[in-house]
Amino acid sequence: MPAKKLNPKQAAYQKKVKKYEPKPNALRNAFFAFVSGGVVCLLGQALTDFFGAVMDLPPEKAANPAVASMIFIGALLTALGLFDRIAKFAGAGLAVPVTGFANSMVSAALEFREEGLILGVGAKLFSLAGSVITFGVVTAFIVGLLHAILPGG
Amino acid sequence: MKMGKKTGEQTFQFANPPVIIATGTVAGPFEGQGPLAEEFDLVLGDLHNGENSFERAERSMLVQACRLALDHASRGSAEVDLFLAGDLLNQIISSSFTAATLSIPYLGIYGACSTVAEGLTLASMILDGGFAGAILVATSSHNATAERQYRYPTEYGGQRRPYQQWTVTGAAAALLGYTGHGPRVTAATVGKVVDMGCKDPLNLGAAMAPAAAETIACHFQDTGWDPDSFDLILTGDLGEIGFKLCRELLAEKDIHLGENFSDCGLLIYDREKQDVHAGASGCATAGLVAFGRLFRQFQRGELTRVLLVATGALHSPTSFLQGENIPCIAHAVRIEA
Repeated sequence: MPAKKLNPKQAAYQKKVKKYEPKPNALRNAFFAFVSGGVVCLLGQALTDFFGAVMDLPPEKAANPAVASMIFIGALLTALGLFDRIAKFAGAGLAVPVTGFANSMVSAALEFREEGLILGVGAKLFSLAGSVITFGVVTAFIVGLLHAILPGG
Repeated sequence: MKMGKKTGEQTFQFANPPVIIATGTVAGPFEGQGPLAEEFDLVLGDLHNGENSFERAERSMLVQACRLALDHASRGSAEVDLFLAGDLLNQIISSSFTAATLSIPYLGIYGACSTVAEGLTLASMILDGGFAGAILVATSSHNATAERQYRYPTEYGGQRRPYQQWTVTGAAAALLGYTGHGPRVTAATVGKVVDMGCKDPLNLGAAMAPAAAETIACHFQDTGWDPDSFDLILTGDLGEIGFKLCRELLAEKDIHLGENFSDCGLLIYDREKQDVHAGASGCATAGLVAFGRLFRQFQRGELTRVLLVATGALHSPTSFLQGENIPCIAHAVRIEA
């Protein structure tokens, strides 16, 4: 999509807008994201250790039930209407881990339930998460290809 | 052709100014916690309003607001000649479904959040022109339906921008008549669509401010009135950033607005306690303030002349995704006791 060039009057106005537009508090947001992201990771690690000990699994296998549990927690908090309230403060700390992925799918599922199971939930479940999957797969394909082609891969 | 009722470039003056006979307002629970709660006829207990979808909830609010306006005027829907309404949802379904329930001859209108002023202008022209005796004007918005259509699912955990505004849940209706008692719509300035290159759909106040400034300046130029002629000059939903920009743009045109200049988007919520960032937005913002608060202030004799300048952003989610600028509009209606 070609960006239309601004005429001088528009450009002058955009400068004015920038003057009044408050900036998000990056330092505060980064701090909360760091702490909340750390808490999420700590919880994930605790679950991994727990499943490793209880089910007698090696760490790489114990991560699977741990991730599933984190997804469940993210989905549950979304369904209870709590996720968006926590995310308001946690920001990227909650959005980047798998909890954010769970939230994007469950919130869409809840939103479009009224439009039916097939054309509503089924079709729109990935309305937010879809591009994560698409570009995740594309990136994995490219990295895999490089891994196979490059010497020493 | 002689056009006796048009004055200047964009303003229409009514020979027989139509009367706002009665109003009906329904506000959501969050709006009911704000400073204007006492000025609304009905505050909902929850966002669903007893319905199983938010769209149906918005529709039921609009029906309630219309019925309240008719009840306050002690009229049945059969005594109303026309129903003019608009809202934010695709194909203005809230308005059209409400029109089906009310069974009044209906003209659907769309001006985004400027709809209330568009409705008042059209109704006044039709009444003054002698085409009808009573017209019902209404508009609605709902936080959850608007967020879904324009932004993200309700429960999606994203951080809001500090300049973002909060879509008002509410519905407002007014019954206008050729005769009767109440404040009168004496003039209207119809705005032009203004595009000042804004693209950010999260900062609609900034996008709409130039349209508001143009229409206000045009009203003064066309009528010869000045800011001091009014008790109150009230823009629609510019919010904090848009409001400041509008004041600056007018100052550049040598129109200096004082304490009598305000914005509906800054009045609905308690911005200290309610975390709504830059203020309120949505069709119901100007609707609730005009038909709730202003109408009561006129009745109590606290106001004599008001210029209501409702503002609308005319983009769609599609136009935004395709990289288009946000075109905006503002219509002004002059209401006098």
